[in-house]
Amino acid sequence: MSGALKEVRGRIKSVQSSQQITKAMKMVSAAKLRRAQDAITQMRPYAQKMQEVLSNILSNTEGSIGGDLATERAPEKVLLIVITSDRGLAGAYNSNVIKLAKQTIREHYAAQEAKGNVTIWSIGKKGFEHFAKNSYKVTDTYKDIFLNLTFENVQACAEAAVQAYRDHKFDVVEIVYSEFRNAATQAFLVSRFLPVPLAKPAVSNKNLKTDFIFEPSKEELIAELIPKILNTQLFKAVLDAHASEHGARMTAMDKASENANELLRNLKISYNRARQAAITTELTEIVSGAAALAG
Amino acid sequence: MTLEILTPERKLYGGQVYGVQLPGIDGLFEVLDRHAPMVSALKKGNLKVLVDKGQGNTINYSIESGFVEILHNKVTVLVEGANLVDKSH
Repeated sequence: MSGALKEVRGRIKSVQSSQQITKAMKMVSAAKLRRAQDAITQMRPYAQKMQEVLSNILSNTEGSIGGDLATERAPEKVLLIVITSDRGLAGAYNSNVIKLAKQTIREHYAAQEAKGNVTIWSIGKKGFEHFAKNSYKVTDTYKDIFLNLTFENVQACAEAAVQAYRDHKFDVVEIVYSEFRNAATQAFLVSRFLPVPLAKPAVSNKNLKTDFIFEPSKEELIAELIPKILNTQLFKAVLDAHASEHGARMTAMDKASENANELLRNLKISYNRARQAAITTELTEIVSGAAALAG
Repeated sequence: MTLEILTPERKLYGGQVYGVQLPGIDGLFEVLDRHAPMVSALKKGNLKVLVDKGQGNTINYSIESGFVEILHNKVTVLVEGANLVDKSH
């Protein structure tokens, strides 16, 4: 009987120590999430102003502009930039991103995939490991980007993609990532990176009528502006993914702690039941022993 | 006029200033109060904030390439990276 007691006690201990780990991980993720969210808020004014400048220029120009980066080509060679996390234990976060990437390939680029013309660049170790193992064409990986998340590091990746596009190594570049909504929700999306969709803004902005001096010419300005907007777009995606990762991990760890609580409750009940049973047996033995002596 | 210096990582500077010197792609230029609306590309170089009319009170930044937009007496500098060089009063 005491054997069963000891076993249950051991299990309670092990569940308790797992719970300590999940609780600690939740706290760490909460702190990191706050920092990641701050980074998003900090970059927002820059990104917005960038778009404004672009629409100012576009609304002051007639005809099509944008140069090679905005021209659609027949999509023969495709690049997917897949952003996952470096570490696991984040619930379904990584598998959702990977699933979406595969679905995109299946639904939109099946013909290119059959010819081996779909390439994957992976930001984040988890995605890299998965795609490399499942014999997708993974040529580049930026798996250490999250260790030191600076604009410069992300810029390197964006510029490499732009260069490869210019060299006609790819005709379409898409980013697969998770957009941060709030700590518990992520939206997994595929967003077009190249060619740049240059839409003319609707004429409602009050700034649009302003007669700007453009220096150098509008065409040169746009040629300068587009790569910068692309850098910003990828940086935003990476920041979003980073915040999503911590949000997902926080939720997952919160669930895990809750489950551990439930498990502990059940274990305590069976522990007490076993203890009570042991006491009852012992009492019965003593009583019947005494009765035998008296009899 | 108001000056804002924005980078993707944070807002570097915001406030009322007398003027600002910028490294334009075609050469250095200065923006003072009530400048006409303008969009210009900037190259890597030195950006000098003239905090008030006195010559001594300046802040220097070394910037990566970027843009400046001037509209309604508001100057917005968009650069991909910038470092404070020195501050003198």
